[in-house]
Amino acid sequence: MNRTFPARTLVQRNTTPILLAALLLFITIVAEMLGINLIVRIVTVMFTSLILVLGLQLFMGNSGILSFAHIGFMGIGAYASVLFSMTPQAKQLSIPSLYPLLVPIHLPFWAAVLMGALVAALVAAVVSYPLMRLSDAAAVITTFALLVIIHVILVHWDRITNGPRTLFGVDNYTDLWTSALVSMLAIFLVYFFKESRVGLRLRATRDDAYAAASIGINMVSMRWLAFTASAFLAGLGGGLWAHFITSFSPYAFYLTETFVILAMLVVGGPYSVSGAVVGTLVVTAVREGLRGIENYLNIAQVFPQGVYGFTEVVLSIALILILIYRPSGIMGSRELRWTGFGRMKNAPEEALQAAEDAKETSAKGTSAKETSAKGASHV
Amino acid sequence: MINFEFIVNTLSLGSLYAMLALGLVIIYGILRLVNFAYGELVMIGGYTLYLLTGFTPLPWVAIALFAVLVSMFTSLGTELVAFRPVREKSLTAMLITSFAVSTLLQNGALLIISPRARAVRLPQIFSESVRIAGADVPWRNILTIVVSLVMLGLLSLLLRRTTLGIALRAAADNFRMTRMLGVPANTVISTAFAISGIMAGVVSIFWIGRSASVTPTIGLPPLLVAFVATVIGGMRSLVGAVVGGYVYAIIISLLGVFLPQTLLDFREAFMFGIVILILLFRPEGLIRSKTSVERIG
Repeated sequence: MNRTFPARTLVQRNTTPILLAALLLFITIVAEMLGINLIVRIVTVMFTSLILVLGLQLFMGNSGILSFAHIGFMGIGAYASVLFSMTPQAKQLSIPSLYPLLVPIHLPFWAAVLMGALVAALVAAVVSYPLMRLSDAAAVITTFALLVIIHVILVHWDRITNGPRTLFGVDNYTDLWTSALVSMLAIFLVYFFKESRVGLRLRATRDDAYAAASIGINMVSMRWLAFTASAFLAGLGGGLWAHFITSFSPYAFYLTETFVILAMLVVGGPYSVSGAVVGTLVVTAVREGLRGIENYLNIAQVFPQGVYGFTEVVLSIALILILIYRPSGIMGSRELRWTGFGRMKNAPEEALQAAEDAKETSAKGTSAKETSAKGASHV
Repeated sequence: MINFEFIVNTLSLGSLYAMLALGLVIIYGILRLVNFAYGELVMIGGYTLYLLTGFTPLPWVAIALFAVLVSMFTSLGTELVAFRPVREKSLTAMLITSFAVSTLLQNGALLIISPRARAVRLPQIFSESVRIAGADVPWRNILTIVVSLVMLGLLSLLLRRTTLGIALRAAADNFRMTRMLGVPANTVISTAFAISGIMAGVVSIFWIGRSASVTPTIGLPPLLVAFVATVIGGMRSLVGAVVGGYVYAIIISLLGVFLPQTLLDFREAFMFGIVILILLFRPEGLIRSKTSVERIG
């Protein structure tokens, strides 16, 4: 062991995020070299979506709880970052009824996006602690309720968001490399979270809440940390997206967007970071392809009344099929890994991983039965 | 402000909400599935009304019955095609499936019909009123109350007097035990979905009766109403769902009277805030299910 350089072990241990980041780098360079405006736009938006999907994976993958509130935090991040990045003059034009106190605030782009993410994380941290003890259907309804509440507030609080009207005049700061860089950082963050003490404990509560509690793991705190971190990433993604799209309304952060992000995660596999990345790539490719067809049909006027919703119809059918035939997504709970460094040394780690994979797969298979068994044991 | 008219209107709203909540809770009781596609059943009923009133000379009663049937078969269809295959997997898989089914139906309507609102021709009675005790009461509201009472009565008869109904109640209490006693799971679940579809279909008639138009996204408000009403009443109890529906209507109507307009915009946020509080502090809702001691969560 002494012969291995520390740097090399570091790389060896973390092949997953390095490989995934390399994949993103490759895509970015290809997009840059092609130089086609449309493709650059698609890839940039894909990377901002990836940050959101990674954030959702961080919470959902490790805690096993479905969260609908995520897109709400994206909205908070988007609006908050815009409030920090806009010049006072622009604010007076875009949000005429803004609180006078907020008008003079003006930060550089990076600081503004970071502040937006922090605001989202703060809101999540304050609101979510009591909610984290709920599981299953109750947890889903509360996060859904949270999404509705955030949506209603974004739509009606015109002194912050300009109400249901579209917010214009946001400066375009986010470009291909910005979103690529941030999503690469997000990959490392989410991966290290998964492998960290908190992540490991959280995964323990996901697999067996009672066993985890018996060895002293505080499930509520672990979930809370993950939820807050996940809201931070959602806010970050929202901030970057806002400074790319430059005009948007609160309706951008509701069920349609939730469906897309959820589809990306579920198609790829919610239990691994690689799954989040693969899912985002695959769903974006399919979606853009379908959109292309839809646009072509509309421009060529093949159908007199136009074609709307075709993309979503195909996407939702695909999602249902994935849930039926491959419920743990393309990647399952596996991570992309490079094992070419000499197999002998990695053997124990691989065995460990294999054992964990097997356990996770079986845990998922039985969870439905467990729920009903829990109900039965109380009667 | 609170006069006879107000009471009848609130009651009619409550009857509508009670039916909505029942349709959601009857599936939740058995499968623990919060069916996000439930609102789309109301939309499908609405589009059936639009198509049949616009393009066929059928009498209105027949059209209304047909809408209920279409909604029921859609509900059964989603169960057969989407929910049955994922039922044994995990709760999360089932919830995401229901979300996908909801998106599918919504965008299907968008694709096949149109993103724009379609006007539904309503019979004369929906726009007429009658004077009772010095107040103008729309016939529509009286009809809503009468029809919902009939529906509740029929459902209660089914659940109490028929073998299928008793099996359904048993399954809601303890699905595994019910299966062990030889009740076929598929029959019970299909029945629950059929009842859910019928409820959504009946609601669609009166829901569309209020707006006289239908859009692909019309399913969301009834879904949100059903969520709130079931949580208020208690997610495990059918009586709770009915009570929750009426309580929700009373709260909403009173808020409409007493809240100033600026806060009224946030009414939905308040209601969902209440939902979160109830799930945290009284997860069994107003009506505690007799057999269930399981905490939701």
